[in-house]
Amino acid sequence: MGESKLDLLQGTLDLMVLQTLAAMGAQHGYGIARRIEQASKDEILLNQGTIYASLVRLQQRGWIAASWGTSDNNRKAKFYSITRGGRKQLAKDADHWQRLSDVMGRLFDLSEEGGR
Amino acid sequence: MGALRRALSRMYSFFRKPPLDADFEAEIASHIEIATAENIERGLTPLEARRQAMIRFGGIDLAKFQQREARGIMRVDILLQDFRYTVRSLSRDRGFTLIAILLLALGIGANIAVFSVVNNLLLRPLPFPNADRLVWIAPPPTKCGLSCATYSTDAYDEFRTYSRSYQDVTGYFAFSGPGNLDLNLGGAPIPATSIDVIANFFQVLGVQPAMGRLFRPEDGNNGAAPVIVISDAWWRRQFNADPNIVGKAFDMNGQQTTVIGVLPATFDFGAVFSPGAKVDALTPLNLYGPPRDYGNIITLIGRLKPGVTLGQAVPDAASAATHMCWNNKQPQSCRQYIGAVVPVPLKDYISGKLRRSLVVLWSAVGGVLLIACVNLSNLLLARAAARTKEFGMRTALGASRFRIVRQLLTESLVLSGAGAICGLALAAALIAWLRHQQALALPLLSLLHIDGAALGWTVLIAVVAAGLFGLLPGLRMATGNLQDALKDSGAGAGQSRKHERLRSILVVTEVALACVLLVGAGLLLRSFIQVLDVDLGFQPQHAAAVNVDYDDSVPNDKTGELSAARRGIIFQEVIRRVSAIPGVEAVGISDYLPLGQNRAWGLPWPKGVKQPENVNGSPLVYVITPGYLRAMGTGIRGRDLSWDDGPKSENVVLINRSFANFLDQYAHWPNHDAVGQMIGGGNQFVRIVGVTDDVHEESSEGEAGWQIYHSAMQNGPNGGQLVVRTTLPPAVLAGSVLRTLRDINPKQAMAEFRPIQSLVDHANSPRQFFMLLAASFAGLGLLLAAIGIYGVISYSVTQRTQEIGIRMALGATMSIVRLSVLAKTLRLAIIGIAVGAGVSLLVSRAIAALLFNTAPSDPITFAAMVLLIGAVALLAGYIPARRASRIDPMVALRNN
Repeated sequence: MGESKLDLLQGTLDLMVLQTLAAMGAQHGYGIARRIEQASKDEILLNQGTIYASLVRLQQRGWIAASWGTSDNNRKAKFYSITRGGRKQLAKDADHWQRLSDVMGRLFDLSEEGGR
Repeated sequence: MGALRRALSRMYSFFRKPPLDADFEAEIASHIEIATAENIERGLTPLEARRQAMIRFGGIDLAKFQQREARGIMRVDILLQDFRYTVRSLSRDRGFTLIAILLLALGIGANIAVFSVVNNLLLRPLPFPNADRLVWIAPPPTKCGLSCATYSTDAYDEFRTYSRSYQDVTGYFAFSGPGNLDLNLGGAPIPATSIDVIANFFQVLGVQPAMGRLFRPEDGNNGAAPVIVISDAWWRRQFNADPNIVGKAFDMNGQQTTVIGVLPATFDFGAVFSPGAKVDALTPLNLYGPPRDYGNIITLIGRLKPGVTLGQAVPDAASAATHMCWNNKQPQSCRQYIGAVVPVPLKDYISGKLRRSLVVLWSAVGGVLLIACVNLSNLLLARAAARTKEFGMRTALGASRFRIVRQLLTESLVLSGAGAICGLALAAALIAWLRHQQALALPLLSLLHIDGAALGWTVLIAVVAAGLFGLLPGLRMATGNLQDALKDSGAGAGQSRKHERLRSILVVTEVALACVLLVGAGLLLRSFIQVLDVDLGFQPQHAAAVNVDYDDSVPNDKTGELSAARRGIIFQEVIRRVSAIPGVEAVGISDYLPLGQNRAWGLPWPKGVKQPENVNGSPLVYVITPGYLRAMGTGIRGRDLSWDDGPKSENVVLINRSFANFLDQYAHWPNHDAVGQMIGGGNQFVRIVGVTDDVHEESSEGEAGWQIYHSAMQNGPNGGQLVVRTTLPPAVLAGSVLRTLRDINPKQAMAEFRPIQSLVDHANSPRQFFMLLAASFAGLGLLLAAIGIYGVISYSVTQRTQEIGIRMALGATMSIVRLSVLAKTLRLAIIGIAVGAGVSLLVSRAIAALLFNTAPSDPITFAAMVLLIGAVALLAGYIPARRASRIDPMVALRNN
């Protein structure tokens, strides 16, 4: 079952977290993890615990902020939200990612043509 | 900025580990709870819901570890681990640790101490605000001592008016002798030293009082109430740090003088301007009173305007010089300062001469540290060899090479850190001792301390040293063969031979370094001996001087003749009474002593001979009594002055041989004999009655200059130094001489009885200081090299115990074994010495400027040092050789 799932590239998780927070507003760790799983249609192999290392990294860079609050169903949870710096970084990374994926796309098209 | 924030937050997390861990546990708990609740909503049983939540979360410990790694300084955690392990393993190996720390403490301590001295004299600005703006204004060195390094009051005024580069110019009276201030608190007057400074002195330097005020312009005016500013040290010593001292008046030199301020401890006049002499107080110089036309009396110090460079100040001073007259009332004295007004940075004036010595010293301690590092590298290699198995085991268990090298470097750092701390303590002790060496004529000595820069330097050299001595063994360890290491027999023969080669190279390096240090120190030592051998023109042993207080004033004495006569009577009485003291051989009085202060009165010229245009210099003037030259041990050809050479008889002088020869070049006296000839200028001539030996009046090393001796009854002396020559140790006489002086004059101060030898020692003290330091560093280097040789030879004997045992079993005698070990030692030593001697030849050329009457390739020094280091090497090798020859073949063979 694990083999069919995608391994995460270094650094991609941070970007996913930023994007999730930018799109959904403040979220707790479980919420972010679930959201990423759903968005990937369960294609990504994600131990939900891994998300917390990413959250700490982003927090130290000042791209997200954290505070304790209560969830919809009245449970205490730590909520994360994206900061202004985080949005800037997200824009930059997204752009970079887009260009990289375009290049990759074109390269793969090329190899298919060559293979024929 | 981002990096900084990250570093800070990591640091923060590191120190707040427990609360952050707790916070994360809570977060995990909440995560699981929320996930469980969702799963229950989806219809799972509570138990299954929780199980699923846990599965999806993944390993909780792994998450914790990852999170901790991301948030904190994992490396520091590892470092702490390494550190703890290091401390444990070092404390197990106590002997090694103690030796290593001792070696490093000596090496690092010497470095810190020398750095502090260098920092104090060369690197740190002078202790004044914007000290780089301060300049010393003086002529280039000439042949007439202090009088040619100073300016007249008229010249000072003109310079201040015509120069444009300065915010202000100040100066001080350069001719005050030690003990010129008698403080009367009832009882015997207490001698102190005070310098007259121009009233704007402190403004120009930028010195603020610690208490009270400093001088105002009016303090230096005619008829101003006498005021004084005292030094911090004198305030503490003499006035018990009286907090209410300001405003109190004391009887000083017979005048009620008010203390108006106390100087800060950071300003020590003596330390800056007259190294090795203590100055207790400063008094305002009256520019328009009696010293007005005393001739050249003021040294100039200026503060450049902001933005003015030295390059601009130099031509400005040269053009101001054209307006300066020695005395404005004598037009012929104008233009004589042309070419003689040159500003140099004050700092260069104060410490420039020492730069070269300090750099040499600095390099020498660097060499010592290097030897210590090589030594330690050797010790660590031996230790590493013994720990091969330990590291092999760790590698087998999964430690990376990097991790092992890091462990070894941590050990090095811990060792060098401990060494640095001990070294710092050592240096602090050394510096505290140095600071109180008041007899040492080094500037700024009293300001010596270990400051932030020195601490930074300590950290730097500790880290560099750790890298130097730790890296080699570390790399060696990490690249070792794991299998070899784990094999029961330990390192194979090949491995140990490779080790031994490396260790031999290290020892050769050490010996070579020690050789260079020794040769350098040897050359300095020989120079110092040469300096001591210089014929000074007087005999400093068995003579001492004391300041005589006398009152020769006569009311309404227009010509000064009455007072001169009275002075003659006083001096004659003093000399007669002191001569009567048992053990006294000769007694005389002079106003100045050699190797101290001096002055000149211009160049007297032979009568009837035309003086050429470009003759420079003038003889130093000493105003003396009969007997003075004999008391000093200076030889005379012709006759000494006599008590009959009084105010009413013909004016007579003695001149020294060099000056007589110089004048004779122009005068062509019969038989080249100056005795009986007349010299002078204008219509005033004096008769030369004797020619004296050349006296070194400024330093032992310099050329003897020109001297002229006048009679104290024909010219006004500037004070009186009673010189007593004795058959006894001079100190024995101190009491009886002072008692006699106080008998004659109850106002005589309890002046210090100074052996003449101390004047010579004082003049030689900088050279002696540098020589002693260089010699101790070389000695230290030699000791370290000896330890290194001993270590290597001893280790190789241990390694070869079995081999030696077999040889002895096969019939080798004790002496053959001993000789073979000694031969090995000698081989190492000879290679080291050869390399070291070659390097020394290059190095010694670099220190040639510091040598005196000694060639940089002085064969005696080289031979002596080579023999010394060879002997020490053999001694260091002999101990293990003896041990080797005592090996019992049976025991050696049975073991292992």
